[in-house]
Amino acid sequence: MDSNNFFHDLHADTSLESSRKKRRKIEAESHSSETEIKWKSESAQRIYAVKLVEALQRTSSQNAPPAPSEAAGGRVVRDVADRVLAMAAKGRTRWSRAILASRLRLTMLRRHRKVKKASGSASRPRKPLPTAVEDRKNRLPAVGNRVKILSRLVPGCKGIPVTNLLEEAGDYIAALQMQVRAMTALTEIISVSQGDRLGSSSSSQA
Amino acid sequence: MSSRRSRSRQSGSSRITEDQIADLVSKLQQLIPEIRNRRSDKQVSASKVLQETCNYIRSLHREVDDLSQRLSELLASSDTDSDQAAIIRSLLM
Repeated sequence: MDSNNFFHDLHADTSLESSRKKRRKIEAESHSSETEIKWKSESAQRIYAVKLVEALQRTSSQNAPPAPSEAAGGRVVRDVADRVLAMAAKGRTRWSRAILASRLRLTMLRRHRKVKKASGSASRPRKPLPTAVEDRKNRLPAVGNRVKILSRLVPGCKGIPVTNLLEEAGDYIAALQMQVRAMTALTEIISVSQGDRLGSSSSSQA
Repeated sequence: MSSRRSRSRQSGSSRITEDQIADLVSKLQQLIPEIRNRRSDKQVSASKVLQETCNYIRSLHREVDDLSQRLSELLASSDTDSDQAAIIRSLLM
């Protein structure tokens, strides 16, 4: 009887452990596939494109009196596109939060110009986080260098540990790919609709 | 700073394991078309993946900038808001 109980307990322990491991693995997999689904689905792309159009029309109606110059117009569109993209991330990634936070900081600065912004947290003493330096492979100067460059390219990722940086970079790339696809489709639609409107009086083309 | 390094060498388990990094690097590898389309039977070095990642992000930024420029020109040349919004939305949906 005792041996039965013993084996039963043992089995229960291992099954609990394995189910825990399985759950962790499933979470990890679903996290990565969730990223892909989030940015690769057509519906997400369509929603982004629609929101982008709405946001662009809002800004163009705001800026109507002082027409932005040719060069600045692109910058405005880029900012709007980035903001809408960051909002699509729903605050779950660092880069999206950084994009939205920097917009907020800019608008705050413009309103309260006299407020002295506290300089960045570089001077604050932090606990030694396992940044790029502390891993054996990353002690190669080439890799460390590349990691630094990457951290500058992904918004809001300057001093974070390498694993987080790579995760953010993966999500950021997927989001950028969607942004390109959506904006390309949008450009085509707008140019086609304009072509139709302008060429409607002339005879139809083949 | 040197003390920090010696401390990490002594500790058995660094908080970042090589496996985690290799895992994430391979995930990046899948996303970057240049590496994915090339023959992927051999392992690509982490340094190469990182370099390609940086280049890819930069090229994506450039593309978005170009598209933004084109979009701003297209939107500036036409001013009928309500019509266009309805058309665009119907074409997108």
